Amino acid sequence: MQNRIGAQKGLSLNDPRVRAWLFQVLTIIFVVGLGWYLFHNTQTNLQHRGITSGFDFLDRSAGFGIAQHLIPYVESDSYARVFVIGLLNTLLVTFIGVILATVLGFIIGVARLSPNWMINKLATVYVETFRNIPPLLQILFWYFAVFLTLPGPRGSINIDDMFFISNRGLNMPGAAMADGFWPFVVAVVLAIVAIAAMVRYANKRFNETGEPFHKFWVGLALLIAIPGLCALLFGTPVHWEVPQLKGFNFVGGWVLIPELLALTLALTIYTAAFIAEIVRSGIRSVSHGQTEAARSLGLREGPTLRKVIIPQALRVIIPPLTSQYLNLAKNSSLAAGIGYPEMVSLFAGTVLNQTGQAIEVIAITMSVYLAISISISLLMNWYNKRIALIER
Amino acid sequence: MKMLKTTLAVLTAAAALGAVSNAQAGATLDAVKKKGFVQCGVSDGLPGFSVPDAQGKIVGIDADVCRAVAAAVFGDATKVKFSQLNAKERFTALQSGEVDVLSRNTTWTSSRDAGMGLVFAGVTYYDGVGFLVNKKLGVSSAKELDGATICIQAGTTTELNVSDYFRANGLKYTPITFDTSDESAKSLESGRCDVLTSDKSQLFAQRSKLAAPTEYVVLPETISKEPLGPVVRKGDEEWFSIVKWTLFAMLNAEEAGITSKTVEAEAKSTKNPDNARLLGADGEYGKDLKLPKDWVVQIVKQVGNYGEVFEKNLGQSTDLKIDRGMNALWNNGGIQYAPPVR
Repeated sequence: MQNRIGAQKGLSLNDPRVRAWLFQVLTIIFVVGLGWYLFHNTQTNLQHRGITSGFDFLDRSAGFGIAQHLIPYVESDSYARVFVIGLLNTLLVTFIGVILATVLGFIIGVARLSPNWMINKLATVYVETFRNIPPLLQILFWYFAVFLTLPGPRGSINIDDMFFISNRGLNMPGAAMADGFWPFVVAVVLAIVAIAAMVRYANKRFNETGEPFHKFWVGLALLIAIPGLCALLFGTPVHWEVPQLKGFNFVGGWVLIPELLALTLALTIYTAAFIAEIVRSGIRSVSHGQTEAARSLGLREGPTLRKVIIPQALRVIIPPLTSQYLNLAKNSSLAAGIGYPEMVSLFAGTVLNQTGQAIEVIAITMSVYLAISISISLLMNWYNKRIALIER
Repeated sequence: MKMLKTTLAVLTAAAALGAVSNAQAGATLDAVKKKGFVQCGVSDGLPGFSVPDAQGKIVGIDADVCRAVAAAVFGDATKVKFSQLNAKERFTALQSGEVDVLSRNTTWTSSRDAGMGLVFAGVTYYDGVGFLVNKKLGVSSAKELDGATICIQAGTTTELNVSDYFRANGLKYTPITFDTSDESAKSLESGRCDVLTSDKSQLFAQRSKLAAPTEYVVLPETISKEPLGPVVRKGDEEWFSIVKWTLFAMLNAEEAGITSKTVEAEAKSTKNPDNARLLGADGEYGKDLKLPKDWVVQIVKQVGNYGEVFEKNLGQSTDLKIDRGMNALWNNGGIQYAPPVR
């Protein structure tokens, strides 16, 4: 007799669960339908206008030269290889930029909290200046106003006849594989394993008995001794090629092109200004009681900061820091303005123009940036979880 | 109930979207007539071809081709708006419909003519790739450029042609690519690269923009064929014919010796049957192209014949001083040849 909700057998729109299901199903149909419609519409229009579509262009031979390629490349290689080279160049800038910007950012952030008036004000000036100038302008400044005004190769700054600084870049001795190379690599891996084992042993001993262990010095000794022994036994791992000026340019050795230097420098300085502020706010978020307690235990400035404040501040620092890393990765695409061959200027620029297949190229580029950003995010989130305070 | 209503409304909207037909290619002339002007894609600043002058008006041979199209369609050469495009965006701008015609010193190649949904409507200027170097380097031939650093504009046929040339001759080079021709020229000046490479007409144009033009020399070698011409979308035969025959009309006018000054008198009182047909005094050839009868008269009166346009933008009276060379008429030592209007 009584009408109990939930006891009804039939499907009725009066039942909130039925309604929920219905609308969710309809929304899914709508979203999928929209997606399929867009895809189909694009395909039809492309065909209708005679524009080739599909990913076959990746096998075509590229036919143009690239200024910096981390893997071997000749002009007859495919567009797919060009894509990989562009991707590696982007990752190179991102990787170096993230490391340098973090180091610089931490230093400036801590400097801004220093009681020393001069250091404090200098750090403030740095942050305010470099935060407020658009990154592209900074990149153009470093490239056109600094690196390109260096002397040409014939008048380059000569350091020891080994390093040459000119507007063609920084030419340095290059390493070429010699006989002892692969055994050396194996030795380095062994040394790392040995160090890891040593650290575990040292920590265990410290936790059980309280006796400190010279982790750093023993680790350093292992790192030098094991590969060094290997080099003695098997021969030198690399021999160095010194760059020499022949005709127009330097031949031999490695070169860091000014585009790479300008881009990395500009992005590092720009992002460090943001990271400095994040670090400063993170450190300020730790209650002053912690500093006072550390002082009363006799800890000085350095150890207090390193062992008490920063570990707690990291909880506040990591999430916005992740955003800054993602910004750096995406800002690397501004390299197109100075001709650095990273993914946007190489793939979404030259390849797009040569093949005319804008949709496929842009889709690939966007997906790759998405993948890079998600990887950085995942990594930082994992690290964040690991250092999170477990509250009781 | 409210949620149901919203869902229904959204679904109906989606269905309505689906019912809308795709824009038909083939309607460019109608769209242009309705708009009242021709949207023309030009370069971001190449002297002689398409560059803003001191008053901000775009001048150059490519710009004049677009003005000629406007004169043919509307009888008024000023009914044209220019979009300045760099080498990377030029094709997508045309493909997407942002511009009606691309007159941007673009090289006619098979892949561009076939795989991009675009067609070339003729050749405005026959060109080839060359090299611009500083005289200080003491280089007198392209074969001496082994190991040089070369500034190139990204995404152009120049990139490919230079790569082929150096490979074929066993020479090495380092390419530095830029988005705009101005950036490449600036890098040449600063010494970042030893050589600037581009179509020879562009080299002359860029040299005139440098701080010390007399210090630079264009090497004698021409390493590739670069026929530059206007481009339109595929599938629109009407518009394609209009652009094609506008260019041919300018060439035919020069061949017939008709200039902007003499065209009106000639149209009224010509005895020459070819001229009568060309200028609309005889026959309905304009109607075939869906243009007014006096379309050629308007083109020549308001813009000029090919020779006048060439001389005004690239000739001896300008800084560029480019010879007609291959761009002279077929009966004058060059290869510009237009089919007859009849």
